[in-house]
Amino acid sequence: MSSHNEHKSMTLTLIVWRQKNATAQGKFDTYTAKGITEHHSFLEMLDVVNEDLIKGGKEPIMFDHDCREGICGMCSQVVNGVPHGGQERTTVCQLHMRKFKDGDTIYIEPWRARAFPIVRDLIVDRTALDTIIQAGGFTSCHTGGIPDGNAILISKPDADYAMDAAECIGCGACAAACPNSAAMLFTSAKVAQLAALPQGKPEASVRVKKMLDAHKECGFGNCSNHYECQAACPKGINVKFIAKLNREYLKAQFA
Amino acid sequence: MNFLKSSVGRKVLMAITGQLMVLFVVVHLLGNSTIFIGLINSYAEHLHSLGPFVWVFRLALLAMVLTHAYYGIQVTLENRAATPQKYAVNRQLKVSLAGSSMIWTGLTLACFIIYHLCHFTARLTSDVAGFAGQVPGDVYRMLVTSFSHGLTVFVYVAAMAALCLHLFHGIQSFFQTMGWNSECSLPLFSKLGKAVAVIVLLGYGSIPVAILAGILS
Repeated sequence: MSSHNEHKSMTLTLIVWRQKNATAQGKFDTYTAKGITEHHSFLEMLDVVNEDLIKGGKEPIMFDHDCREGICGMCSQVVNGVPHGGQERTTVCQLHMRKFKDGDTIYIEPWRARAFPIVRDLIVDRTALDTIIQAGGFTSCHTGGIPDGNAILISKPDADYAMDAAECIGCGACAAACPNSAAMLFTSAKVAQLAALPQGKPEASVRVKKMLDAHKECGFGNCSNHYECQAACPKGINVKFIAKLNREYLKAQFA
Repeated sequence: MNFLKSSVGRKVLMAITGQLMVLFVVVHLLGNSTIFIGLINSYAEHLHSLGPFVWVFRLALLAMVLTHAYYGIQVTLENRAATPQKYAVNRQLKVSLAGSSMIWTGLTLACFIIYHLCHFTARLTSDVAGFAGQVPGDVYRMLVTSFSHGLTVFVYVAAMAALCLHLFHGIQSFFQTMGWNSECSLPLFSKLGKAVAVIVLLGYGSIPVAILAGILS
């Protein structure tokens, strides 16, 4: 009996955004997901639906995915109004169907922001995030011989702080969740990570200005301190890094 | 990019002007509270004895209000443009009513400031017409006359409710924008901001309500 219960199958109603390309008019279509178990991940559930669609000669639902381990930042779906589905510190690929009940209706939408044009269905173009990184999210250093281990000393608190910021996987959920479509949590994570380390300090003031300029030019909005980004972030990146970015920007005015 | 065009630069200007106005609001409240110990007329006379400094102060406040409102409206319009398509379902985990209504409470306050200046400073409205031209005159009598009308009391209390809501989000936002927040201080500043906002509402609200209720007459 118990083994039967474990594999109890669910039937769900999916209301999914379908859009042919960036310029086409999109709309919601309704699908029924049958034979879903609690062990399916959210993306596996969509795989099951897509197999049925393909067998029926229909276009499958297009969505971004890669590692399916919650570390690459490719998956990007707004599930029932929350990027990644609203389970704390969880990417949508790590969201499991045990969080849903038989008979549930689930809305699935793409990231919505001017800076993230829709490519197709649930896939959006996140080049804007790369543009921000290219503007200053790096350190310039001489290549050559391997540096000596421990030649540059970094305290444990600084290393931990930088690592916490570096946890960002660049999925864009912060901008998708932000009521202003600001990717400030993303931008601040890189600014804070590099500003905390000796290798990043020489370029800190140039970096923060250039990355903020790129953020604006990409069409993201302005941060107004709602902190919705932190709540939606699958890595739990803290808004203290946005405070750090603001501090770095103010410091850069005097540099 | 210029400081006044950048996302953070404009935010900092709004934060500083906003916080200076909060300080003004607190000092104004302390001054008004002298009504409860019967000293409001002498307080008003002292203020007006400062002569040209009154005008320096007024112009500084005007500059702060205009800067705060100009960038507030500009940034809000930019943010709307950045989100051309809304979600069909939007479950917000953290956004508060106070935060999402900043533009509306802000515009309400702008209208209230114009009314308030016409009312008690210029004394253009009919209820205080008898006090026009007297600087500062019998402020106590003017307040009692004016706040004996229920509608006037309602307008003032409603405006203070809008101010309370604005400060609920605004005060904690100042600390974040200036970069003075850490993981530990954010919840503290948030509570402090809410406490100040409630004190402002209760403090300012108590004067017209006390007059309407006949406690001050």
